Amino acid sequence: MNKKTVYKIKGLYRDDFRVTGYEFGSGKRSVCIVGPCRGNEMQQLYVCSQLVKKFKQLEEEKRIKKGCKVLIIPTMNSYSYNIQKRFWSTDGTDINRMFPGYDEGETTQRIADGVFREVSKYDIGIQFTSFYMPGEFMPHIRMMKTENCDVEMAKQFGLPYVVLKNIQPFDTTTLNYNWQVWDKQAFSFYTTTTKRIDRASAGMAILSILSFLAQQGIVKYQGPMGVESEVIEDTDLVTVQTARSGLFEGLVNVGDEVKIGTPIANIVDPYDGDIVETLYAPCDCRIFFEHSDPLTYANTVVFKLVRI
Amino acid sequence: MIKTVARVALPVDEMLSIKKQRISSGRSTGKEKLKRISVVTGIHGDELEGQFVAYELQRRINAEPDKLCGIVDIYPAMNPLGIDSITRGIPAFDLDMNRLFPGNINGNMTEYLAAEIIKDVKGSDAVIDIHASNIFLTEIPQIRINELHQDRLVPMAEKCNVDFIWVHGASTVLESTFAYSLNSVGTPTLVVEMGVGMRITKSYGEQLTDGILSLMKSMGMWSGETKEPRKPIVSTDWRDVIYLNASVGGIFVQDVQHWQSLKEGEVIGRILDPLSGKVLDTVTAPEDGLLFTIREYPVVDEGSLIGRMLKKDVCGL
Repeated sequence: MNKKTVYKIKGLYRDDFRVTGYEFGSGKRSVCIVGPCRGNEMQQLYVCSQLVKKFKQLEEEKRIKKGCKVLIIPTMNSYSYNIQKRFWSTDGTDINRMFPGYDEGETTQRIADGVFREVSKYDIGIQFTSFYMPGEFMPHIRMMKTENCDVEMAKQFGLPYVVLKNIQPFDTTTLNYNWQVWDKQAFSFYTTTTKRIDRASAGMAILSILSFLAQQGIVKYQGPMGVESEVIEDTDLVTVQTARSGLFEGLVNVGDEVKIGTPIANIVDPYDGDIVETLYAPCDCRIFFEHSDPLTYANTVVFKLVRI
Repeated sequence: MIKTVARVALPVDEMLSIKKQRISSGRSTGKEKLKRISVVTGIHGDELEGQFVAYELQRRINAEPDKLCGIVDIYPAMNPLGIDSITRGIPAFDLDMNRLFPGNINGNMTEYLAAEIIKDVKGSDAVIDIHASNIFLTEIPQIRINELHQDRLVPMAEKCNVDFIWVHGASTVLESTFAYSLNSVGTPTLVVEMGVGMRITKSYGEQLTDGILSLMKSMGMWSGETKEPRKPIVSTDWRDVIYLNASVGGIFVQDVQHWQSLKEGEVIGRILDPLSGKVLDTVTAPEDGLLFTIREYPVVDEGSLIGRMLKKDVCGL
């Protein structure tokens, strides 16, 4: 293992800002695993830390294929973790809206540039990231729907779903999109949670990564191969919105299969406890995404469902 | 007349309402519809310069209501929760409202609000979207125009009494802004940047109000006295602008005035380390030009924008 500083900015009163990477193996730059850009993505940081630990073991046991190099960057934004902010500590910008970056630009553009110069050398990119809305997901791989995206490769993660995302203007400055523009295979990995650590889904993520890399011939690993992934587009997901604001009381869990008409959540008046709205499953479905904050707003998507 | 453009109940005993003031005078004649100008501000909750313009424009129109022929819609607070909580984006959602347009009437709360706003403003004969940079930078009154829409918008912007018109390159990520969304459906929208976040610069507000009345006069909406708009510098080439970024983190102290012409090598400011008592870097003008953006917030990281200069050829120095 080689621990290296991928990018560094000198701090004034704080310690220097560093993006730290862990290299395993040597030779062709095969796969790069990148952790969170945002300081509240705790599950994603945890998963990356466990991957570093696992790869130390794989290297010691000589289970990384000769001639393959793996880089893991547990996070691009240590500063924000330490002050418990989601976005960049001083100006509130989002590093994942700055790619491919600019070395003479503003601070987060420089960080993006510094990271991208390194990670774009690798053939495969995997990023642990989160959704902008608070909630829990079925574990899945998300890919930008471009000419370059390799769906069959994404299925090798063995997760229940591969989601193809139709590109919106703001996507063009994300790491995933730019990786693909640079002719790399890029996968965004969504585990179940964001702000809290879920050890079971973290473990599932590690097994999934190992299974994928074994099929790519990068590591030697024998373990569960996961499941046959269902490929869906983000526009195929059925959304359920609130009509009323209030306390959110979920009645189902992510991954549950429910019949059409099943109550899936109540919205509760925060003063008198009355149920002001009950949300029902609009079709036979599996719960793919569920809102996780105690409060919800009106007109807010609180469920995304996969038809079954 | 105050009207509600969009409203949503918040979780605990509060209604979020986006409101506008409509002032109208005159009648439609035959096929000729009354002209409408919309003045919009407060998309970013920490940008307050437009608040004074919203007030001042009403004050002047109400002082001479017979001089108005048309509809003036004033939207002072597109992001009311942000303004009230000193938050740039939409609180709770951590989203930049100016990356949500044109919104989605069936989308989540933020997308729904954006869609209702677009629905209400669309069809105006002119829209002025007033911003105030951010808390870090002070800007000279300027209008920024996407190059895709320059033919229609530059002549309008020249009426607005700003000092600078910046025609910038098209960028995919900007397609989700309020101005782009309206311009792309044929509603001409000018983006004003002036002053600094969290403050009101009264002189800039008065300058822009003069400009809005001047624009209204050119549209046949205002027959009161107006000032001859100042002739702005117009930049259409990205190479006209020099960016000055901090080479090191520290405390920036400026040594020149904003909107000052500078000679090559002239000191703009210094980046200090108060702990060691040393000057970490001296920021100088890389060539002759005019300083139109200057750092306001002293703490800088490596890469933080210190200022922007216009090269001398474009500003006629």
